[in-house]
Amino acid sequence: MSTDAGSGRRAPPTSSDAGVLRAGWGYASITDKIADLVLTRPVRWPWLVAFFGTFAGTVVLLGAIGYLFVRGVGIWGVNIPVAWGFAIANVVWWIGIGHAGTFISAVLLLLRQKWRTSINRFAEAMTLFAVAMAGLFPILHLGRPWFFYWIAPYPDKMNLWPNWRSPLVWDFFAIAIYLTVSFLFWYVGLVPDLATLRDRATSRAKRFAYGIFALGWRGEARQWQRFEIAYLLLAGLATPLVVSVHSVISLDFAIGNTPGYHSTIFPPYFVAGALFSGFAMVLTLTIPLRRAFGLYDFITDVHLDHAGKVMLATGWLLAYGYASEIFVAFYSGDEYEISMTVDRWVGFYAPVYWAMMTCNVVLPQLLWFRRVRRSVGMLFALSLVVNLGMWMERVLIVVSSLHRDFLPSSWGLFIPTFWDWTILLGTLAAFAWLFLVFVRVLPSISISEMRLLVRESSERAA
Amino acid sequence: MTKPPDNPDRRSVLQRMAASVALAGAGCTRVPDERIVPYERMPEAGTASLPVYYATAFVRGGFAHGVLVGTKQGRPIKIEGNPTHPSSLGATDVFAQASVLQLWDPDRSPAVVQRGLTASWGAFDTAWRAREAQLLERRGEGLRLLTPRFTSPTLRRQVEALLERFPRARWHRHDPLHVRAADEGARSVFGRVVRGVSHFDRARFVVSLGADPFSEGPACVRNAIDWSARRADDLRADDASRLARLVCAETTRGLFGARADERLVLAPARIDALARRLAAQLYPDLANSGSSAAPTDAADARVLRWAARLKRAGAQALVVAGPLASANTHAIAHLLNLRLGAGGTSVDWIEPPEGDEPAGSIDDLADAMHGGDVDTLLILDGNPVYDAPARSRFADALRRVEFSAHLSLYRDETSEACTWHLPRSHDYEQWSDSRAFDGSVTVLQPAIAPLYDTRSAHELLAVLAADPERDGREIVRATWRGSSGPGEFDARWRRSLRAGTIESSAYLPIVAPHAANRIDPAAAPSSRVEAAPAGVAPASAAGVAPAGAAAVGASTPPAPPAEAAESFVAVFVADASVDDGAFANNAWLQELPRPFTKLTWENAAFIGPGSAVARSLATGDVVRIVAGERALEAPLWVQTGHAEGVVSLPLGYGRRSAGRVGSGLGFDAYALRDGSDAPIRVQLERTGRRHSFAVTQHTIDQHGRALARVVAPGERIDEPVRARPSLYPPIEYPTHAWAMAIDLDACIGCNACTIACQAENNIPVVGAEQVANGREMHWIRVDRYEDDAARTVFQPVPCMHCENAPCEVVCPVGATVHDSEGLNVQVYNRCIGTRFCSNNCPYKVRRFNFLQWVDESVESLKGQRNPDVTVRHRGVMEKCTYCLQRITRARLSAEREGRTIADGEVITACQAVCPTRAIHFGDGNDAKAEVVRVRRSPRHYALLGELNTRPRTTYLARVETPPEHEA
Repeated sequence: MSTDAGSGRRAPPTSSDAGVLRAGWGYASITDKIADLVLTRPVRWPWLVAFFGTFAGTVVLLGAIGYLFVRGVGIWGVNIPVAWGFAIANVVWWIGIGHAGTFISAVLLLLRQKWRTSINRFAEAMTLFAVAMAGLFPILHLGRPWFFYWIAPYPDKMNLWPNWRSPLVWDFFAIAIYLTVSFLFWYVGLVPDLATLRDRATSRAKRFAYGIFALGWRGEARQWQRFEIAYLLLAGLATPLVVSVHSVISLDFAIGNTPGYHSTIFPPYFVAGALFSGFAMVLTLTIPLRRAFGLYDFITDVHLDHAGKVMLATGWLLAYGYASEIFVAFYSGDEYEISMTVDRWVGFYAPVYWAMMTCNVVLPQLLWFRRVRRSVGMLFALSLVVNLGMWMERVLIVVSSLHRDFLPSSWGLFIPTFWDWTILLGTLAAFAWLFLVFVRVLPSISISEMRLLVRESSERAA
Repeated sequence: MTKPPDNPDRRSVLQRMAASVALAGAGCTRVPDERIVPYERMPEAGTASLPVYYATAFVRGGFAHGVLVGTKQGRPIKIEGNPTHPSSLGATDVFAQASVLQLWDPDRSPAVVQRGLTASWGAFDTAWRAREAQLLERRGEGLRLLTPRFTSPTLRRQVEALLERFPRARWHRHDPLHVRAADEGARSVFGRVVRGVSHFDRARFVVSLGADPFSEGPACVRNAIDWSARRADDLRADDASRLARLVCAETTRGLFGARADERLVLAPARIDALARRLAAQLYPDLANSGSSAAPTDAADARVLRWAARLKRAGAQALVVAGPLASANTHAIAHLLNLRLGAGGTSVDWIEPPEGDEPAGSIDDLADAMHGGDVDTLLILDGNPVYDAPARSRFADALRRVEFSAHLSLYRDETSEACTWHLPRSHDYEQWSDSRAFDGSVTVLQPAIAPLYDTRSAHELLAVLAADPERDGREIVRATWRGSSGPGEFDARWRRSLRAGTIESSAYLPIVAPHAANRIDPAAAPSSRVEAAPAGVAPASAAGVAPAGAAAVGASTPPAPPAEAAESFVAVFVADASVDDGAFANNAWLQELPRPFTKLTWENAAFIGPGSAVARSLATGDVVRIVAGERALEAPLWVQTGHAEGVVSLPLGYGRRSAGRVGSGLGFDAYALRDGSDAPIRVQLERTGRRHSFAVTQHTIDQHGRALARVVAPGERIDEPVRARPSLYPPIEYPTHAWAMAIDLDACIGCNACTIACQAENNIPVVGAEQVANGREMHWIRVDRYEDDAARTVFQPVPCMHCENAPCEVVCPVGATVHDSEGLNVQVYNRCIGTRFCSNNCPYKVRRFNFLQWVDESVESLKGQRNPDVTVRHRGVMEKCTYCLQRITRARLSAEREGRTIADGEVITACQAVCPTRAIHFGDGNDAKAEVVRVRRSPRHYALLGELNTRPRTTYLARVETPPEHEA
């Protein structure tokens, strides 16, 4: 296999229908198809509308962040007792979304799942952007964000170190490592494709830009060999992160003594929720992308079906988590836990709770039906429902646990303000904007891995 | 380059610019031109290190509340009670605590204003001299003087001198909270106006007829002190039978009622009936006809038991009547105290410290003004345009007066309506004198020179009366110099200034008369308005015991009129925070949660739950309250333990010109009010609008959690506070281990601790909107819980300083840590504001600067701030420090003297101010420390101790006074 795939003595292989790749694709046609999306496809108005719309949203986000820094976190609805609000819920939600990308690209690689090939690139981009959004919030939510770096251990004159007992310090490492490994993994995987783009680009500027980032990739066997090892190692590094990052995030809550936070089930429960919402987001992105770029042969209904199955499975893990929380609350006999649980059912935030249950437990049961899993419209709708449901779950965990804890005298409510919503929607816009840029400048499907898939499918057919 | 070049090139221009910028920065020092010399005998630690206290008084309602004004670097920053002053004994109420903010209030009037334009004292003096000549010709005809109630002997002397100079002038006195019925009641028994001075430390059985002696009147702090001292002794003796019993019938909620062992909720007229029944039961001869012993309802049965108990208590019985009670009820209270022999034991009667009532009332004055008989009106303080009886239409009358001058702290409603506004000096800026509730005199001395160009009332009167002595200090000295020689007088004067009272100046009790055996029926008002119980009130609406008790005093109360079922009796009460409205511009008081509602920044119209159900009204409904032609709109608050058929309207709100803080808050109940003590009948009309209140506590139900606990006498809380196993090594505190114990049995919920803490620790206010957002900043709050029996328990909650502090574990930057003496300290500099600590605090005592709360722009507010306490910027967490600065001060002086800190040397701000000594603080390592002794009590427990936080602040449960043993 090499980048000039057409020059072999044997006729180049052509794919057979492997479920995850339709028949009739060869090395060249795959390369043409995917590279042309970036290099030659003209910019059309739907993309422009989306681009400028989300760009405007990003500018609003930056403005809102500016206002936040000038005035302080008091512009949000946070208070005493509910000192954490949307910001922390958003961190948890965005990080969770990121998990699906890592899961697809690393865990499924190690498990040799072929269906990951055509979706891993943009899923990983999704991870990167989602973690970037998530990474904003821990800084934004600080009372004095300009001192955010005090959480990091760095040598300073007063010999001050962060407090290692605090899960927020663990968070810092978890998120920083996650962002670094995700980026490396994504970038290393991109290198052969960048070289392809460099070779095919017509303008000097593009050749130069892609050339810089292709790091001198020539497609030598030695390079391929090292690439494979590096990629596998990075996949090995990324795999534990799928479990560890959200487990650490969940400890922010589990370490706390607040009823509704203080629970040993949180790490697995958070990870399951993360994958659940992550796969929902993958679907939310895949379905429009496939349609916009006509990628029906690469991203087939089999992909959607598999994603639906993963959602169903992780959804059940999550439901088990809910059930376990409730059971333990009553089994423990702890009056505060029981009171918190009952409050979720009938209290001020009960509508959110029941909406969350509907979104995360009831509606996903439709995925048992093959017809639903194969219906693009239904899957897209369900993916939105699950995204919404998971966001509500994060808000519920953060807010409803705090609003009625031990002393009834201190009970209160959190009501989100205009700025809470603006910053949440702003990150959605910024995330979408980054993604729109990504699909125009980088191959959203891995060319090299797709070519590998072509050969594998043709060999299997032969 | 000494000579400027003719053709400057770009490079040299830039060089010069750079040089001049650099020089501009370097040359900027601020050495004053004058020669200055350092203080001759500089204390070792510098003048700024220790506070200097001045004994003086804060005058409220005309009465002196003895205080020590704590100054630092010459600035008054904190008020403490004066331990030797009879009304304080070291404690204060919330008003005295907040008075220091009043001193520094940027909205205080700084200058003389004539008809809306800034003028000067010189201009006023000139204008007065012109007027004076005319007045002297007329011998004062047309001159009127209006003053609030005052007890200052100097002011009295000056007023009399003024009246002597202008014999035809008249003096009127107006105090919106004056209880005329109390005077009438006393007059009917004693033949003249006297004041009862209660001694709660000597009373075994106290009946309150609508009174709240713990928050009303000039002796409220002292009453609470006396009661708690006695109770603490009795509890220590561990003899439940010795515990004094408080019983109470009240209309709206008061601190005394919350602490009472039995509480009846009755409309004012039914309290009057109850008083008659009580009197008739005890002394049938007091009734016009014989009384029947058979109780007619539950409340009546209760009264019969009270009567028996009063009789048993004898000289140690005490009956007190409240501001809403009729003159007849006040008379009954006096009579019962007399007959029971309580005089000299649990009550003394003295002359009223404010002296005789001047002939003129404010109604007379308004009539004269309307009639055009007044052309010169001098108003020495007070705010009659705002708080005069509504029927007098005082503002209209004032427009007819040619020359009116108003001396006051603020440019308020009255100032704006007068031709002259004259700025008054604050109590802490002036020389004056004033009497306490028992008649003892305090000479007020200034703790700071006047901040603005102001005069005291004495200095103004000196001008008005053409007194050659214009100096405030000399005017006051002249009153007290008397016949003593100069040396002797100076020594006495200095002694009184040091002590804060003039020795043995308290009034002696007057001898009780023997004649008053029977109440004069004429003394009772002929028609009292009867509350209409709406729907669910007890059936017997016409009185407690119509058969017999009604015979005392007036005849049977009139039957409720036909429309009574639809109407309410309106009663007017002083607000717990702004009083009669004088404190409206005090942000600390505005934001201080009212004891029962935890409402801030406004007032509400209170009705009982039964009335609310009957009329399907709910808390937050805005209603129109109509009394004849007058009406106002007010948001409703449905309050448990409030009499049915009664709407109580707190005064002091709806100010129009209070200042930036106090204007436009709440509703003005004065708009409906005529006399000070006449309940009126009103209609409540729904407006359909809703109002949301800014409250700091939303639920008063403990939800079955054992938080604020109540135990039977002698009951032991078997819940040892001990360490559970931990993975972390135990930490030793070899030097000190500071600890606090709060006695819920002593706490009366007066809020003084909250505001003392606010003053001591530079705690900002956040405003109504932010309170509604749950962002109030108080470091010590007073939680209030109520059980099914409507019994209220107050629980002050400061930081617990947990040994296993949950906040410390979770802070990522270690901004909250334990210090070497076991304090949980907050390092503001290190805090980045994650707020995780607050989430993890089970007691929710941490407070966060969500926005920039502290006003850093207003200069005068900076004067009040305690220089020993960091002013917190936005974005950092803060909380109770156990007054770390006071611990440090004690440590420094102990170290200087080479000794250890003695028990009682560190007194936290909340502890110092507490009238009932509910807060104990000290070194937990010191086996002999008071706090350690207190913690050995069987009532001792840790709040949420099951969480293994091991709090340093712990509680003593309240003791349920056992039901009386029938003899």
